[in-house]
Amino acid sequence: MQLHYQSQAVAKPYFIAAIALFVGQILFGLILGLQYVIGDFLFPAIPFNVARMVHTNLLIVWLLFGFMGAAYYLVPEETETELHSPLLAHVLFWIFLIAGALTVVGYLAVPYATLAEMTGNDILQTMGREFLEQPLPTKLGIVVVALAFLYNIGMTILKGRKTAISMILLMGLVGLAVLFLFAFYNPSNLVKDKYFWWWVVHLWVEGVWELILGAILGFVLLKITGVDREVIEKWLYVIITLTLVSGIIGTGHHYYWIGAPGYWQWWGSIFSALEPIPFFAMTVFCFNMVNRRRRQHPNKAATLWALGTGVMAFLGAGVWGFLHTLAPINYYTHGSQITAAHGHMAFYGAYAMVVMTIISYAMPILRGREANSERAQVLEMWSFWLMTVSMVFITLFLTAAGILQVWLQRVIPNPQAFMQVQDQLALFYWMRWLSGIVFFIGLVVYIYSFFAKDKPQTVEVGTAQPVAT
Amino acid sequence: MSAFFTKSMARNVFYGGTLFSVLLFLALTFHTTWKLPQRDHRENLTPEVARGKHLWETRNCVGCHTILGEGAYFAPELGNVYKRRGAAFIKVWIQAQPTKVPGRRQMPQFHFTDQQLDDLVAFLKWTSEIDTENWPPNIEG
Repeated sequence: MQLHYQSQAVAKPYFIAAIALFVGQILFGLILGLQYVIGDFLFPAIPFNVARMVHTNLLIVWLLFGFMGAAYYLVPEETETELHSPLLAHVLFWIFLIAGALTVVGYLAVPYATLAEMTGNDILQTMGREFLEQPLPTKLGIVVVALAFLYNIGMTILKGRKTAISMILLMGLVGLAVLFLFAFYNPSNLVKDKYFWWWVVHLWVEGVWELILGAILGFVLLKITGVDREVIEKWLYVIITLTLVSGIIGTGHHYYWIGAPGYWQWWGSIFSALEPIPFFAMTVFCFNMVNRRRRQHPNKAATLWALGTGVMAFLGAGVWGFLHTLAPINYYTHGSQITAAHGHMAFYGAYAMVVMTIISYAMPILRGREANSERAQVLEMWSFWLMTVSMVFITLFLTAAGILQVWLQRVIPNPQAFMQVQDQLALFYWMRWLSGIVFFIGLVVYIYSFFAKDKPQTVEVGTAQPVAT
Repeated sequence: MSAFFTKSMARNVFYGGTLFSVLLFLALTFHTTWKLPQRDHRENLTPEVARGKHLWETRNCVGCHTILGEGAYFAPELGNVYKRRGAAFIKVWIQAQPTKVPGRRQMPQFHFTDQQLDDLVAFLKWTSEIDTENWPPNIEG
């Protein structure tokens, strides 16, 4: 099997880097999980805050690598033209990878305050805010890479066919770049700082990233099911309409207790209560398209990832988000392990899984075959179940810890102090950590599936194949 | 979806709905920005408070603690720590770190000067006076 367009090949290093950084993210997650129960583990070599920065920043960076790889892969095919500049894509890959690596080395090698001093944080103070911990040069690097990337993708779309999938992807990517600019706004007033910090964080993950998610999912479903493009693109528009109409005002669910006016409790509760709807629509969309498929695509693993994304995004982002989004509930659960539970399953279910969906679909083709061998696919599907089920357990244990935490610290008549409560949650933290080990095993199986020996195989389109569910 | 609801209709609904949401969000943001001075008491935002926030950021405190419920969930909420512990306790506590109690969660030693400790306390005091709609539910945060 040949690539339709040679320039699609630039996606390959992006996908490989994404998976490599994913491994780093999980290793640091395991360190963090252990520090929750063995408080002085690796202290002072790697304090909790450092490991957490590495864990969350690697997540963001590997997802961005995945999104960029997805764009480089699907835009030439959608626009039916070669990428504007494959060379630029290669150069940006190395800039982004080296900048990311240097940032992580900086986090680990020197105290954060020293890093801030060394990298000119006093010129423009942007560091030290959750998820936006990157030094100024890294942040500027992200802007440069994002702009050059958008130029490359934009020029390609401009000269080629303009499909809804590529336009929605482009809107998502432009939104991603534009909203990141708020990372440079950091007033001394903590309330204003927080208010606009959410314009990066919330409007990314519950806004424009969902456009990227929808476009990638739509593309893969189009390819593996052979369903009419008109149907898929109409679904996509409906999903992203629901996403933005609920998600933009839904930002208000972060404005309940940070100093913003009380009316945000109404706006935030009502609109964010609608946020599960687009995710539910996405689940229905995935199953509907697969059920109406006009061909049996030999890549069953990719189909499984696509369906899994639909289900897990709905559970993690939709259901676990709804659990604590209403203001009267959030009053008690805000900033507890409930939040952590939601964060884990939402990021995995929506974004990690959609990146693995496009990798699962595109990587075999990038390696010269329509689908991997039966054995490699079976291994990949094993890794799907290991990672997904263990993430469900991580979420359930954190939710249990969160309920207990909220009860002991915030609900009962004689509330207990934070650390006193934490000590009583140790059992759940241990079980979460063990689930994390299983997740890591799943990740190892996932990577091994790329190297599993091929057996010669002929798959004819049209022969009955077991469905990936 | 039935045939009378076409892709171009879906696209138009998307653009219309998004535009409406963005405008509504901007209007609410404008109103919030106008109301904020009564809620954040910015008249008390002294240079000490600003320096304290800078220390808060460059020591990555939010990597373990929450402040007004946002941050990491590894260490106690500090939005109301000024009310919970008071200035003297906060300073002594920071200076006494790490406790080095085996198996306990550890906080690094930051070698703050007296001036820096005062700045941090000023920041935490100012933060504790923000109108947070009575959050957290009790003093334990």
